[in-house]
Amino acid sequence: MSSSRTVRKGAAAVVRHAFLIVAAAVMVTPFLYMISTSFKSQAYVLTVPPQFIPNPATLDNYVQVWNTQNFGRYFANSLLVAVTSTFLSVLLSAMMAYAFARFEFRGKKLLFRVVLLGLMVPTMMLIIPQFILAKGFGMLDSYLGLIVFYVAGNLSLNTYLLRSFFVSIPNELDQAMQVDGAGPWTRFVRLILPLSTPALATTTIFTFLATWDEFAWAATIIRDTELRTLPIAIRLFQGANATQWGLVFAASLIAIIPVIAVFLIFQRYFVQGLTAGAIKG
Amino acid sequence: MTRREAAPAAGGASRQALTPWLFLAPGLVLFLVAIIYPILNAAQMSLYDWNVLSAASSKFIGFDNYVRAFHDPIFWTALANSGAYMVLTVPPQIILGLGLALLLKAKSPAQPVYRVLFYLPVVTSWVVVSLLFKYLFADQGLINWLMDPSMASPISWLSSRWAAMIAIAALGIWKGIGWSMMIFLAALQGIPAALEEAATMDGANRWQRFRVVSLPAIWPAMAFVLVMLVIGGFNVFISVLLMTGGGPAQATEVVLTYLYSVAFGDLDFGYGSAIAVLLTLVVFVLAMIQLRVYRTDEEVSE
Repeated sequence: MSSSRTVRKGAAAVVRHAFLIVAAAVMVTPFLYMISTSFKSQAYVLTVPPQFIPNPATLDNYVQVWNTQNFGRYFANSLLVAVTSTFLSVLLSAMMAYAFARFEFRGKKLLFRVVLLGLMVPTMMLIIPQFILAKGFGMLDSYLGLIVFYVAGNLSLNTYLLRSFFVSIPNELDQAMQVDGAGPWTRFVRLILPLSTPALATTTIFTFLATWDEFAWAATIIRDTELRTLPIAIRLFQGANATQWGLVFAASLIAIIPVIAVFLIFQRYFVQGLTAGAIKG
Repeated sequence: MTRREAAPAAGGASRQALTPWLFLAPGLVLFLVAIIYPILNAAQMSLYDWNVLSAASSKFIGFDNYVRAFHDPIFWTALANSGAYMVLTVPPQIILGLGLALLLKAKSPAQPVYRVLFYLPVVTSWVVVSLLFKYLFADQGLINWLMDPSMASPISWLSSRWAAMIAIAALGIWKGIGWSMMIFLAALQGIPAALEEAATMDGANRWQRFRVVSLPAIWPAMAFVLVMLVIGGFNVFISVLLMTGGGPAQATEVVLTYLYSVAFGDLDFGYGSAIAVLLTLVVFVLAMIQLRVYRTDEEVSE
């Protein structure tokens, strides 16, 4: 009886893993094929039957991307824009979240709702008026034009996530510090921020990803080739007729390696950030 | 105004009343200028025959832009395609995401590895995966070869409306499954083990346990995933732009690619704004439905 049950359990586990392995293979194959193609020369990218292992394998695509396509510059542009936007957006959001979490003031509820409105409005809906606004401020074709709107675009979600975290920090800690004579700014910097590392990590990762990958806005306001960010550059490697697929994927892989590294290192925070909105509501 | 509100007790009362506003001001000013003002501006522009060169000479035309959208066959095609994308992508993401979450629910050493693999597409840039799928669905590409290695009559996936919509939807599903899986997994792991055990003791089989214990427990997560995916469906943009460009002959245009080509191709900002407002209304209605679902849920559980 008990041994047949063990067998049945074992069989169930085998079936379970068989499903999971097939699913994992489906998810990963496109990536593996992309890596493979990035080592093929143009003559082999669309052969029949397809080449899974590049033969001959070549590093030419990577060399060309780095040396002749100004890719280092685009990488640096993306890094500068994403790091600056992320830092500013998380900082401003944390300040707003602190006000919403710890103070009573007139119009608080209404203002919080207005901020949450940003979660519901599709970003693309704003692209026309934001373009006119950026033009009016002379921000077209500039890092500033990217950064200002990236910071603003991420305020809603970050404020929402950080506020719920701040609220969960016991008020008694604030009061204890207050007794010691610490003002609100000291409490914010010395108490709330250090205790909120997981929430700050979550918002930092999400904002960095969003700004690193952003395409539509950058494609709309950046004309100067020197100011291109990675998504724009990668898109432009794809020529009108004969796409240099090896080049496109070598560039793509260079662009997504930082993202995957960040994801692998901080995946715990990813899950927290994802589920904060969904489960706790 | 804030001053009068402050508690009269402490000497620095007025300064205290000012404190929250100092924390709010930088973010809030930016938010009002860069997000809220553009929302209002879009609504206003949609009522004008907008002159790109000189805004001052734009002509007020009331709801003409909306009437035009109503009579615009390409707008309807775009709306239908966005709807089709939603119908093609939402159910698979929910069913497969939930299925994977159920398979992954039991803690095992391999679990984190699977989790990472399924989630990889979610964190990868839309531009990169759109180009990747364009390559996979090329005439001489991997998908055609997998379907028929002889390549006797390969399908031209990206040059006909419905084949292209299927390719674009395949990308959407592949990229999104990991996200819904992660939400469902967290919800499933939040179910107290005692509940499952009690049901097992009562003689409930696997399916009954799922129906009676798991499903009600993850219902709020289900509602959340459903609404986010439906709204996300209307936000499909980069994959269409990069895989088909809305072609051939605008047959695969979705609402956002059409909006973009009207605005930055034809420079018709007024009409583009009207499309943006219509899209926002659709999304708003969906968000309101979400709020209602949550509310009834709370009432049920209390």
